[in-house]
Amino acid sequence: MYKYILKRLLLAIPTLFGAAVLVFLLLRMVPGDVCEVRLAGSGLYADPAEIELCREQLGLNEPMLAQFWAFISGYFTWDLGNSMWTGKPITYEIGLRFQLSLQVAIMATLVAIAIAIPLGIISAVKQDTWIDYVVRAFSIAGIAIPSFWLGIMIILGLLISTQYFFGDPWMPPIDYVSPFEDPWRNMSQLIWPAVATGYRYSAVATRMTRSALLEVLREDYVRTARSKGLMERVIINRHALKNALLPVVTIIAIEFAFLIGGLVVTEQVFNLNGLGKLFVEAVDAQDFNLTQQLVMLVVLIFVLTNLVVDIFYAWLDPRIRYS
Amino acid sequence: MSTPQATIEFEDIELPKKPFLARLWDLSKRQPLGAFGLIVVIGMVLMAVFANVVSPYHPERADFVNMLAAPNADYWLGTDAFGRDILTRIIYGARTALFVGFACAFVGATGGLVLGVASAFFGGIFDLIVQRIVDVIMAFPLIILALAVVATLGTGTENVIIAITIPFIPQCARVVRSNALAIREIPYVDAARALGFSDTRIILRHMVPNVMAPYLIMLTAFVGQAILLEASLSYLGMGVQEPTPAWGLMLQGGAEEFAESAPWVPIFPGLAITLAVFGFNLFGDAVRDLLDPKLRNR
Amino acid sequence: MRRFSPKLAAAAVLGCAVGLGVGGPASAQERGGILNFVVAGKIPSYDGHQETTFAVIHPLAPLYSLLIRVNPENPQSPTDFVCDLCEGDVPKGEKGGTEFTFKIRQGVKFADGTPLTSADIKATYDKIIFPPEGVPSARKAFFRMVESVEAPDPTTVVFKLKFPSGAFMPAVANPYNWIYSKKDLDTHGYEWHKKNINGSGPFIFVQEQPGSFLEAKRNPNYHHPGQPYLDGYKAIQAPKMAVRLQAIRGDRAAIEFRGFPPKARDDLVAALGDKITVQESDWNCALFATPNQKREPFNDPRIRQALTLPLDRWGGSKYLSEIAIVKTVGGIVFPNHPLAASKQELQQIAGYWPDLKKSQARAKALLEQAGHPGLKFELNNRGVDQPYKVVGTWLIDQWARAGMNVTQRVQPTPPFYATLRKKKDFDVSLDFNCQSVVNPIADITKFLGSAGNNYGSYEDQVLEDTYDQLLRTGDEAGQRKLIRQFEKRALDEMAHMAITLWWYKINPHRSYVKGWKIAPSHYLNQQLDNIWLDKSLM
Repeated sequence: MYKYILKRLLLAIPTLFGAAVLVFLLLRMVPGDVCEVRLAGSGLYADPAEIELCREQLGLNEPMLAQFWAFISGYFTWDLGNSMWTGKPITYEIGLRFQLSLQVAIMATLVAIAIAIPLGIISAVKQDTWIDYVVRAFSIAGIAIPSFWLGIMIILGLLISTQYFFGDPWMPPIDYVSPFEDPWRNMSQLIWPAVATGYRYSAVATRMTRSALLEVLREDYVRTARSKGLMERVIINRHALKNALLPVVTIIAIEFAFLIGGLVVTEQVFNLNGLGKLFVEAVDAQDFNLTQQLVMLVVLIFVLTNLVVDIFYAWLDPRIRYS
Repeated sequence: MSTPQATIEFEDIELPKKPFLARLWDLSKRQPLGAFGLIVVIGMVLMAVFANVVSPYHPERADFVNMLAAPNADYWLGTDAFGRDILTRIIYGARTALFVGFACAFVGATGGLVLGVASAFFGGIFDLIVQRIVDVIMAFPLIILALAVVATLGTGTENVIIAITIPFIPQCARVVRSNALAIREIPYVDAARALGFSDTRIILRHMVPNVMAPYLIMLTAFVGQAILLEASLSYLGMGVQEPTPAWGLMLQGGAEEFAESAPWVPIFPGLAITLAVFGFNLFGDAVRDLLDPKLRNR
Repeated sequence: MRRFSPKLAAAAVLGCAVGLGVGGPASAQERGGILNFVVAGKIPSYDGHQETTFAVIHPLAPLYSLLIRVNPENPQSPTDFVCDLCEGDVPKGEKGGTEFTFKIRQGVKFADGTPLTSADIKATYDKIIFPPEGVPSARKAFFRMVESVEAPDPTTVVFKLKFPSGAFMPAVANPYNWIYSKKDLDTHGYEWHKKNINGSGPFIFVQEQPGSFLEAKRNPNYHHPGQPYLDGYKAIQAPKMAVRLQAIRGDRAAIEFRGFPPKARDDLVAALGDKITVQESDWNCALFATPNQKREPFNDPRIRQALTLPLDRWGGSKYLSEIAIVKTVGGIVFPNHPLAASKQELQQIAGYWPDLKKSQARAKALLEQAGHPGLKFELNNRGVDQPYKVVGTWLIDQWARAGMNVTQRVQPTPPFYATLRKKKDFDVSLDFNCQSVVNPIADITKFLGSAGNNYGSYEDQVLEDTYDQLLRTGDEAGQRKLIRQFEKRALDEMAHMAITLWWYKINPHRSYVKGWKIAPSHYLNQQLDNIWLDKSLM
């Protein structure tokens, strides 16, 4: 078992290194740099000498290998560098947004689970009836609707309906407070993107629940239980569900990894100060340092989640360990 | 004394083959959602192919007198900020959507198929390296890839396709590989090798047919995903550019500014995207249900 | 130029009547309240001397003071400068306009209690004009005429110029010239202000949640008596226009200082009626179509004329202004400035002729003559909706009507700049000229081939000579004549760049925000010290 874990850990290293090289190169393939954007971005006159000075100070004129070394060596000294736009440490910039992104990810996952599991069970049990069709249509609609469109419609809906019913339009707060400081205000801002995102992610989990449960319900031991005369409900709860939930949990775990830093569009629409918004701002401004670290963070979370899932499966199914 | 022969002779009864349409109808009754999806898909394809016949106007015709006109007799779905007919742009947008969708799906899925099968078949170091590359690309945020593609190659439909296809290949490769790995362990492949069959023959005649099911499933799933990704990239400004008619682009320009004063501008492209993705997903689901052997014997 | 609709004007009058009626004193300003506003950009560093984005001005300018500034009661005037830290009138200059003496107020304090003297002003302007090696100063080039800055006694600052220049005063009034404390610069160095704030402005920094908001509270020791009226403000970051719009509608923010597109204004007015007040003005910004004269056939002036002729500016002004933040047809000088061309003068210039059909025909004829009928090329554009993409799409449509076949290459901001400024590998590019303080004689240097912000890659000695003459001309009539000459050559004869339309600033805000007056640039008049909130309208 330990050999398996060690092997997987070792394999993660080239993945991370590959990602670092890829992001480093891709960013520098894009013409333009943060100094141009900072000093000439508003259309005002910009002194070319000042732009050069800015480049010097940020190390943008160094040779590529030197810049790459500065990037990589930061991991050994735990110095992730400073954002090229604000000059503040990147750990500080990311740490701030991480809290919000984490909260939204957790809330969205809870919403997704609350929708997916009951719906998936109903859909599987009542397979091929009109209930099944409605549930499947509902969940596919969740994937089909563009997320930013849904978000804009939600906010607009809130504004129009509150004005209609209460006379004054209301919209969620656009600045973040921690849930420990002001839970009510925090919730009133984050519940909407959580629901919008959760609905979309429930689609995948619903279908997975449905198909996993369907498979399990065909297994021999379930047939045995049926022939013993057990009630359907007992069969599902005591025997089928546990085994069906395994792939569902896997999917949810992997999707959760995507939610951190992956909600680029949703955060733009709801004006959430999270990692996705930071991402877009960093890319817009050509802030190499910040973009690189964000990408590495996202890749790291993805790799770790996959690792945990793989180890879990290997623990469950010994055959995998020896392949 | 001889025992009576207990043979029953049966006539060869030939069951008449049902006509194709009748069989299709049977299938639709079993899979109503899938049938609906198929209708949507066929409708979109027809719309795209016959766009210039069906549309009332030219998609880039700007009518500055009628900017942001509400749906009326002349412009059934209204006009956008430049006075261009929205119905026409949606019809032509189907071309872009389907072009992007099919191209990305086909190249992505096929690329993934080739990579996955090769990786499973050859194994060893090759497999190890390919899997690492697959890991990296799958973990990588699409926006960075898209930005790099757009910045080096420029914007435009072809480059959007490239940007979207890149994450599809590893997704498909991974699924195909795990299916192909299962095949590799089956004894008859060893037997085939022992008999001296060439690698190519084994791959083509044994592995590929068995991964056809997941390949087709991913293919149909990718079309819907590609259409959505194009919309998202356009929203972020990296997708197809003006004045090409594309649903994502129409949504980006109209969704924010005119959500209230001219709601037809964002609503109809949004509906078009939703309907298209809906249709392709339902159709893909039906394909999967039909192809999945475990679900077949009910 | 401010424009009220009759309905809104009535509402404004009503609002004043209510305010006065509630037993108010002669000045109706009320004290108290927090102003929430939204900002479209992310704050880079806190050092205004090094930055050029408005995302630094809107949240941070109220924390500092300037030596002189645009008059907050009359910001539309390009020449009305008033003292902020100085006393009395803005000096007119002695010794032939080469020496300016400012009297500094007494009793001003920085937020940390340090008294402000002329030494601080000298130290600040030394940092801006003569920064030490390696210290960036974004507007150093504006002060080329300054010889030295002296502080002979604690209440006097003297600027000595190498030569008289009409561009000096507007440079001093630049809204980024925040006055720093000499003590801070001496003890902490020149990088300290990037992350730290210590100013003498109407407000004092409270906190920033990066990416989210910045908070400030009233400075009780502010040197303008009675001000600021607000208890404080909160600048909330919101990059998407839809969010900013919704924020004002949902009263999460009261105002946004940059501007909204026309439809957004219409949305707000339709939804909220007289709870919204709209202020509008011309904006000191214009987009150009700049051909790359290092590329065939754009080195041929006939081709360049064919680019500017078919643009229906007069018509476009009407319909584009309904969907984009552009409006006024103008020449090289900010519209309605005394030096700007009159309508008759404009209509003499190619591309501004009143007869559109004639212009289109002439464009086609010129293309034929030059051997390129149906010219095909690519327009380099920036991936920003307002007004870049809108104007770009419009340009392509207009050029199509003259038989040209143009495609757009839209890029995100950084590669767009790289193409325009560094690589210069474009056929025709969308270009811009945006300034803060309106200063036509300085602003039109954009058209000189020798200018640092000219991307057309050409040399035009006639233009350079005309400009030289202009610099030396003191009387307005003479300046006008030379500017017309300059304009004709740049836009018509040589058609170096095609000006599209001047931008239009539209600021709808909640009616309870009073005292803020719109300026022709979103960098000006942002210290917020004369803003107050009318509680009765909240």
